[in-house]
Amino acid sequence: MTNKMEIADKLMSLEEAVKKFIKNGSQIALGGFTVMRNPMALAYEIIRQGIKDLHIVCHSHGQALDVLIGAGCVKRLEIAYGGAGRYAPTCIRFKKAIQNGEIEFEDYSNYQMSLRFLAGALNIPFIPTKSGLGSDLLNYEGFSKEVRKERKVAPKKFEIMQNPFIEEKDEVVLLPALNPDVTLIHAQYVGEDGTVRIKGLTFADIEQAKAADYVIVTCEEIVPRSYIRLDPDQNSLPPFFVDAIVKVPYGAHPTGCFAFYDYDPKHLNMYREYANDDNKFKEYLERWVYGVKTHEEYLNKVGTEMLIKIKANPIIGYAVGLDRR
Amino acid sequence: MSLAYSDNEMMAISAGRFIKNGDIVFAGTGVSMLAATAAKRIYAPKAVVFFETGGIDPSLDEIPMAVSDLRVMSGTCLNSGLIEAFSIVGHRKLHTIAFLGAAQIDKYGNLNTTSIGDYHRPKTRFSGSGGACDVASFASGVITFMQHEKRRFVEKLDYLTSVGWYKGGNSRQELGLTRGGALAVVTNLGVMRFDEKTKEMYLAEYYPGVTVEKIKENTGFEIDVSRAKEAIPPTEEELMILRNEVDPQRLICKA
Repeated sequence: MTNKMEIADKLMSLEEAVKKFIKNGSQIALGGFTVMRNPMALAYEIIRQGIKDLHIVCHSHGQALDVLIGAGCVKRLEIAYGGAGRYAPTCIRFKKAIQNGEIEFEDYSNYQMSLRFLAGALNIPFIPTKSGLGSDLLNYEGFSKEVRKERKVAPKKFEIMQNPFIEEKDEVVLLPALNPDVTLIHAQYVGEDGTVRIKGLTFADIEQAKAADYVIVTCEEIVPRSYIRLDPDQNSLPPFFVDAIVKVPYGAHPTGCFAFYDYDPKHLNMYREYANDDNKFKEYLERWVYGVKTHEEYLNKVGTEMLIKIKANPIIGYAVGLDRR
Repeated sequence: MSLAYSDNEMMAISAGRFIKNGDIVFAGTGVSMLAATAAKRIYAPKAVVFFETGGIDPSLDEIPMAVSDLRVMSGTCLNSGLIEAFSIVGHRKLHTIAFLGAAQIDKYGNLNTTSIGDYHRPKTRFSGSGGACDVASFASGVITFMQHEKRRFVEKLDYLTSVGWYKGGNSRQELGLTRGGALAVVTNLGVMRFDEKTKEMYLAEYYPGVTVEKIKENTGFEIDVSRAKEAIPPTEEELMILRNEVDPQRLICKA
């Protein structure tokens, strides 16, 4: 056996990780993408702890974002896309919250948000792109002047600048960097040395992690140092970027986790039905979030039958033949 | 006697026919996923399908239901992330065709996927840009899937999320978007293209059983129909590949 002591000070429970790093008003970056590797167990714990006024920053997000908005944890949002694939082409509680004027929001594109995280990771104040020229992304500001004065909010949404290297007209869009208070990531593996391995697509998780002040990683498995260092080409983050590690098998359910489990079509369809109705949504939260103390209890409710159905073929990466209607 | 087919099947096949070997195809969700997969299986085996999430050339043995689906990460040549994916969309050496969908489109092929009504307090809020604004800015050409309805083909968009030919003529170029633009619009009634000079939308093909009149009635702006021809219906072979290989669970074909 290898020595677990290396990460002893970082290993903690969901409850401890959320208590230690997430406060009312924190700016949180969500890892994953629409229906994949959402940090669901962390989102549920944030809701249980009654954390309020979060400022969420993400590119395309789905389930974790929607549950957090629906539970009233989110005050402010910078986002490119809120959707859960075919199960909710537009995230339902996200849609309602914007239509009812319940959250402050600012629209960017996926590439723009990814670049803003990259700029934050590189510790540069802004980053140029050509994306967005001519779009209403550059004609409408979502945040008011008052909001623009607040902590972690850029004083301007963007700036357009002439390319300083040439004489002819050549404009670029400058985007402000993002440095979230905390980035939440669900990964397949963390080594006993703290090295993180994300399998499948990494989305912008690595940029989001490097941009943040603190990083919480939940993972499917903690594996020996010798294993994670046998093939370092496969690794995603070195140990020193990670502040808290929580082992949470099925921690992304009902979203998927490559080579471990597929998204849960039954749960996502059921969620859509409950999220569409304010009262039923309260029932959903009661049953799946407030009514369970731990993620194990939550998984008991999902049931063995479904957990087996969504189990991924570890070689192919997904659950072959899963009924996804 | 040809086989009966659904709207989504006709749309996927109409769009798939645009794809050529060597094209790098950017796919979104829904019909666009069907079209990208069909293009590769039927017309252009040497085309490469990739996703904004970073999955490049997946085997697509099962149809993905989202661009982050596990199925876009399986059998790929490379799994990467968003920044890498956008470096492909706009790469100067590549011919990239993007499939998009939208809630509204105008006669210059500009798209709205953000909201209807006041931006700050919308009547209907949609998902937002995602990667749509980015690929509309950078890809060599965009093919958009639409339901052909008057309220969707509008004189003025409620919000311009993704730039097509902007205000027509050279206006896209003048913005600083040096390549690309709207290539075609594929609907449940026909296929629209854009005039080379004015960049205004015109009717190129109407599907068998659809009249030109019906398309005019369902378009919220004046549309030139003088160049319209009847589309070739899907062949039995195309439909068989679509149903048996691309979408055997009939997750998208059906509608």
